[in-house]
Amino acid sequence: MNQSEWPLWEVFIRSKQGLDHKHVGSLHAADAAMAIQNARDVYTRRQEGISIWVVESKHVHASNPDDAEAFFDPANDKVYRHPTFYQVPDSIKHM
Amino acid sequence: MENPTQHLTPEEQFQARIDADVRIEPKDWMPDAYRKTLIRQISQHAHSELVGMLPEGNWITRAPSLKRKSILLSKVQDEAGHGLYLYSAAETLGTTRDQMLADLHSGKAKYSSIFNYPTLSWADMGCVGWLVDGAAILNQVPLCRTSYGPYARAMVRVCKEESFHQRQGFEIMQTLCEGAESQKAMAQEALNRWWWPTLMMFGPKDEDSPNTAQSMNWRIKRFTNDELRQKFVDMMVPQAEFLGLTVPDEKVQWNEARQAYDYGEVNWDEFWAVVKGNGLCNRDRLGARVKAHEEGAWVREAAMAHAAKRAERELVAA
Repeated sequence: MNQSEWPLWEVFIRSKQGLDHKHVGSLHAADAAMAIQNARDVYTRRQEGISIWVVESKHVHASNPDDAEAFFDPANDKVYRHPTFYQVPDSIKHM
Repeated sequence: MENPTQHLTPEEQFQARIDADVRIEPKDWMPDAYRKTLIRQISQHAHSELVGMLPEGNWITRAPSLKRKSILLSKVQDEAGHGLYLYSAAETLGTTRDQMLADLHSGKAKYSSIFNYPTLSWADMGCVGWLVDGAAILNQVPLCRTSYGPYARAMVRVCKEESFHQRQGFEIMQTLCEGAESQKAMAQEALNRWWWPTLMMFGPKDEDSPNTAQSMNWRIKRFTNDELRQKFVDMMVPQAEFLGLTVPDEKVQWNEARQAYDYGEVNWDEFWAVVKGNGLCNRDRLGARVKAHEEGAWVREAAMAHAAKRAERELVAA
């Protein structure tokens, strides 16, 4: 990456009280304070948020999509983890 | 378990995912040509948003009321935002902001030719919103379903914000058309100048657009240039009639058999001349961009120096 470029930040926004922060995109900024201000101007011009997190992109570690099949496979054959696996007699209520 | 896709080449697996309408994400394998096409298209789109601020920025101080000034300012701010969403989407493909801006400034990368036309009267602000943003929306709505995830997500945000742009343009036109004779004449004169360049925004005719087939196959594009141009004419002719304005094309006529409007041939010589840099404002627009970038260099450097100094102080204090 070019040295003159401001670092890249990932932006997460909580749209309203009670909800998770959700990834909305990224932007460049010299530091965290500027990243939060820029995120406000770029991603919340229409009251889309009440709280902002920024994380410098280089600190995000991700799973490898090439391994996704093997990595997530173990959950595939464990249908008994879902309530629909179990038969409940019709006469039983509230279960 | 036998995986039916495991005997396929990476290209075939990729195409199978596209055909199944599975979105492609940044770290997924993709053909080089797909990556290059997207970088070209997304950065070109981002550049258009950036350069698109210039013809309107020109009118912020001259808009006829405080309300109109505030609205226009807000619209221009949205365009800066749209440019930023799109640059970020392009960066997920491995290019850098510096590289994209360098390509814009050197003339290597293109932006929408529509911004190489001058905005001479207040009615031009109406036409830019009503026609130019109207055309942009037709292009952009299908891009919300484009195959590359970050591009599609950026376009969802863009489209949400863009519809206000078109409505404010239509409102400017409507106000002028309901005003004095001279105001209506101003609206008609602006429509006369903007109609044809707006039709050019959809790009060359399908038979002269060699990349369309591949882009459709990769589901980057969902409609051809001519399909979108036809939709635009069908949408706009009744709106112009509502305003009491006349579209400057004698060939515009409802075709009952096609259930669409027939329309005349775009002046393709003019189209290619503007694309190649010989429009009325090409040099002005690029000049303004380069000047802003160069004169802002010290600010970018100072911000980095300030951030580094603060980080160092925090380290010492810790």
